[in-house]
Amino acid sequence: MGEPQTGPLLTTPLHALHGELGAKMVPFAGYDMPVQYPTGVLTEHNWTRTHAGLFDVSHMGQCFLIPAAAALEKLVPADVLGLKPGQQRYSQFTNDEGGILDDLMVTRLGHPGHEHWIYLVVNAACKDADYAHLKAHLPADVTLKIADDLALIAVQGPEAVAAVAALAPELATLKFMTSADLPVGGIWAHVSRTGYTGEDGVEISVKSTDAVALTKKLLADERVKPIGLGARDSLRLEAGLCLYGHDIDTTTSPVEAGLTWSIQKRRRTEGGFLGAARVQKDLADGAPRLRVGILPDGRAPAREGTVVKSADGQAIGTVTSGGFGPTINGPLAMGYVNRRFAEPGTPVLLEVRGKDLPAKIVTMPFAPHRYFRG
Amino acid sequence: MATVKYTKDHEYIRIEGDTGTVGISHYAQEQLGDVVFVELPAAGKAVKKGDSAAVVESVKAASDIYSPVSGEVTAANPDLEGAPATVNDDPAGKGWFFKVKIANPAELDELMDEAAYKAFLDTL
Repeated sequence: MGEPQTGPLLTTPLHALHGELGAKMVPFAGYDMPVQYPTGVLTEHNWTRTHAGLFDVSHMGQCFLIPAAAALEKLVPADVLGLKPGQQRYSQFTNDEGGILDDLMVTRLGHPGHEHWIYLVVNAACKDADYAHLKAHLPADVTLKIADDLALIAVQGPEAVAAVAALAPELATLKFMTSADLPVGGIWAHVSRTGYTGEDGVEISVKSTDAVALTKKLLADERVKPIGLGARDSLRLEAGLCLYGHDIDTTTSPVEAGLTWSIQKRRRTEGGFLGAARVQKDLADGAPRLRVGILPDGRAPAREGTVVKSADGQAIGTVTSGGFGPTINGPLAMGYVNRRFAEPGTPVLLEVRGKDLPAKIVTMPFAPHRYFRG
Repeated sequence: MATVKYTKDHEYIRIEGDTGTVGISHYAQEQLGDVVFVELPAAGKAVKKGDSAAVVESVKAASDIYSPVSGEVTAANPDLEGAPATVNDDPAGKGWFFKVKIANPAELDELMDEAAYKAFLDTL
């Protein structure tokens, strides 16, 4: 994610609005994106945890597969056939070795007449490779419809749904990981009760041409403020959620990554997806390493790439995401360690600038999830 | 009256006699964003001009602070451990990082004065 790209940066439909809002823009996954607005990352993070933050995530890839449930099951370990209309699941594209090509959201549309449509949201940095992967593996009778005419706007936080429901009252009762197609403030949208912050909230897919109008309606609510990629990262880290290219990649299996919960029971036993042999082996024998939360005892953050050591100084793993959590008001990290050291409470050392700093393995999330399960 | 000089990496050094107080400029704190952690050198540590002498961390990233001059660290700001955001609130005052006994005053001539630093900022 965020690797250097050649050629001019792409922009989202909200690009000019970010400028009007005073955003500091940075290149991210080939797009010119807001990293923060004038109040800064800490304030934006805290606002999202206490009110509602609006995130432009239009750089992410949106596409539809028609009809695709059975075909898609060959590429992801989630139960796609079992998705009810409107239901959403988190999953991963696996490769032949059981590594992760990308992580994604999979939804069966609930709109009448469209229940055979599967809607995917994939990472911006991976989307071209994902589409090529889909084209290479899907049978000829499945249509891949790349929806580059759609924007995606996330609204996250304890007041997010109240603010969005002021424009679409039916959304108040929508449950976590389900979706609905309906007008929001008069603008037709596909709304999912989901997000990447650990908070209650929604992601709203709208026509690019409607994105500015909808964003302005949402920002007119004083509970909703624009939030940049900086706070998006600290929020997801506190929520213990993986960032592709950092916490998961082609070398990590979903089991090592602690994502077994996203592989439904039928798929664990039946397999039938790329790399199933490794995933099933990891399930049966235990993965050699596991993704864990790591909480430093002191105040120094341990960044990505920091070596994790056992209490007696042996290297046992690596930090894959690390920084400062405004909600927990301290440093936090996640990474992979040898499974013998993965038990919560295990004391470890983090090698920061040549010094071994004490830390311990902890259960994630660092900040509690507050999803609406009805 | 104390003289203040600047590096191209946006550190300042306030010179009083043979001692300099080192911190980062207003521009630097603005670029870094919210400071959440500062690692400072211990008193007695010898530093060389251009060496990483301290580390300042924002939510997003860690940045090195380079010593503007060579010399011996005589004090580190004890208030930054508990209140790192002081670097944002008052970079030129209470947000100082460390004091250094200047070994070679000639090194100061290689630094920018206030007017030169302002002109340098205009080029960024």
